[in-house]
Amino acid sequence: MDSGHLITIQHLKKHFAMGAGKFTALNGIDLTFDKGEFTGIIGPSGSGKTTLLNIIGSLDVPSEGKAIVMGKSVGDLGAREAAMLRKTKLGFIFQSYNLLQVHTVYENVEFPLLLLGIDAATRKQMVKDALEWVGLTDKTSSRPAQLSGGECQRVAIARAMVKKPEIVLADEPTANLDAANSHHILQTMEKLNHEFRTTFIFATHDEKVIGYIRRKIFLEDGKVAKDELITKS
Amino acid sequence: MLMAFKLALRNLIGAGLRTWLNVIVLSFAFVVIIWHKGILDGWDRQARTDMISWEAGGGQYWQQNYDPYDPFTISDSHAPVTGTLQNMVGHGTLTPILITQGTIYPSGRMLSVLIKGIDPAQKILAIPSAMLDTASGDIPAIIGTSMAASSKLKTGDHVTLRWRDRNGAFDATEIRIAGIFKTNVPTVDGSQIWLPLSKLQQMMLMPGEATILVCKQRNESFPAAAGWKVKDLDFLLADMNNIIKSKTAGGMVLWGILMMLALLAIFDTQVLAIFRRQKEIGMYVAMGMTRRQVVALFTTEGAMHAVLATLLGAVYGIPLLALQAIRGISFPVSGSDYGISMAERLYPHYGIRLIIMTILIVMIATTIVSYWPARKIARMKPTDALRGKIQ
Ligand SMILES: Nc1ncnc2c1ncn2[C@@H]1O[C@H](COP(=O)(O)OP(=O)(O)OP(=O)(O)O)[C@@H](O)[C@H]1O
Ligand SMILES: [Mg+2]
Repeated sequence: MDSGHLITIQHLKKHFAMGAGKFTALNGIDLTFDKGEFTGIIGPSGSGKTTLLNIIGSLDVPSEGKAIVMGKSVGDLGAREAAMLRKTKLGFIFQSYNLLQVHTVYENVEFPLLLLGIDAATRKQMVKDALEWVGLTDKTSSRPAQLSGGECQRVAIARAMVKKPEIVLADEPTANLDAANSHHILQTMEKLNHEFRTTFIFATHDEKVIGYIRRKIFLEDGKVAKDELITKS
Repeated sequence: MLMAFKLALRNLIGAGLRTWLNVIVLSFAFVVIIWHKGILDGWDRQARTDMISWEAGGGQYWQQNYDPYDPFTISDSHAPVTGTLQNMVGHGTLTPILITQGTIYPSGRMLSVLIKGIDPAQKILAIPSAMLDTASGDIPAIIGTSMAASSKLKTGDHVTLRWRDRNGAFDATEIRIAGIFKTNVPTVDGSQIWLPLSKLQQMMLMPGEATILVCKQRNESFPAAAGWKVKDLDFLLADMNNIIKSKTAGGMVLWGILMMLALLAIFDTQVLAIFRRQKEIGMYVAMGMTRRQVVALFTTEGAMHAVLATLLGAVYGIPLLALQAIRGISFPVSGSDYGISMAERLYPHYGIRLIIMTILIVMIATTIVSYWPARKIARMKPTDALRGKIQ
């Protein structure tokens, strides 16, 4: 069963209850992901991108089939184990940033480390590093409301990366950003992907993102329509 | 746990005005209950001491027919003081009081009064009986200030007193107001005059007799005496205790309303928070918190209102209440309106037990109303929360 892949998805289906019947959002997905990928899941609205990402992120469970993330079958994890997996191995980036508005940039980035129970001195250094990666060392005590959208998303990237997770899942990370900011964000993530071999999986239909990713998985009506590696550059 | 505390505090302070409104109302609830209870406790203490020193002593013996609420039995409620009781009087641990009814006629009016005979040499009650000097041969009497006001009598005035002796025969004489005393205890003041015991005994043809005998304070032994009933302090102060209890109950209603308001506001804040902060909740779960931990975080946030309210209440409450405890509070009403002792200046008494109990009750209640809506989080699907779609 353990294929040596970072993530293995087998015959995955996801149904949602819909009135009396059910709606199939994912309809038989087979995929594998390896360490260090920089991959985009691309598809029109409603094709199931978010649903797939949520299952990989152990926020949701498969209805049929399997999703094995770092050797753990998502559907079989208890609430505690799933939380532990997310806490230690996964980082999330959301379309709407989802920062804590009442906390400073520093505190937002520090949050995952507090959850991990890391001591104050180490925490301080790690937050400092993460803010350096995204180029926000001069905004540590600002609050999200005082930042631009691009800066907010960079805070979110720092928050996702600060604990050096194995996998970063990013759902439409550039949807709220203009072109210049989108490129900046993507370059930042690309750099981190190179530096730490962190696996990045995006859900997107943004052309700008598509220009950066090295593997494109096309999703249509809950099925993989195309899966291609881009070898150039 | 410390993290939840830290995080909750940040979130709460960050929420700004709403938090402070809740905290202010809750702190009012705190201060009002402590203040109100403090006044009642202070009043209770003052009234107790006053009642004991002016009227109750350390307990009393009542002639078996005596019933202060039944004026028709008063003429039968007297008996000679003999045996053990007489010895106790001799030792100064008991003082006899003879009570009867009469009428005075100050400036042509007619006033029904209780006549009480007290030993001028007694040291047991605070009644200034020493003012009843019998040297000049006439009959001296002392009255309280409220009696003086209602009868318009002044020191040195003479007034006619009429009474019935033990055989039912009417008699009248002139008495002289030898002094006016001030007391907080209405039951030794209103509608009564105090005469020297021996004079009253003569007038009533009841030598050596008494209606009640007052023990000295902190008297411990109450030997039984035939024809006399022992009335301990619990009995003598029961009326006062009941009045204070009913005042306490009245205050609790006010406090209950304040508490309800505060708790409702916190409950509302919590319910709103859980709707408005769905994405945040989803984010917490995505970052690796279990839903249990998120519930704990939100509950802590709500419960923290009580912590902040305690601090805020302390900031303005301690100086305010301490000032009152030192300077006292003056009341425009007179004690006789309540039928029990009430000083013009009350010194509230704030017990540590009262304060701790209040803080505990507020903390627990706040935690419950915070937890109640937060439970909903435990049933939330994190994916729905992240989409902010929960209704
Ligand atoms: N909790 C749910 N209950 C019912 N239906 C759902 C639920 N979540 C998703 N769906 C449905 O499943 C389908 C796939 O949704 P999903 O959010 O994965 O799409 P998506 O590809 O991310 O779309 P978008 O680009 O708009 O974000 C949609 O039709 C959606 O309505
Ligand atoms: Mg989506």
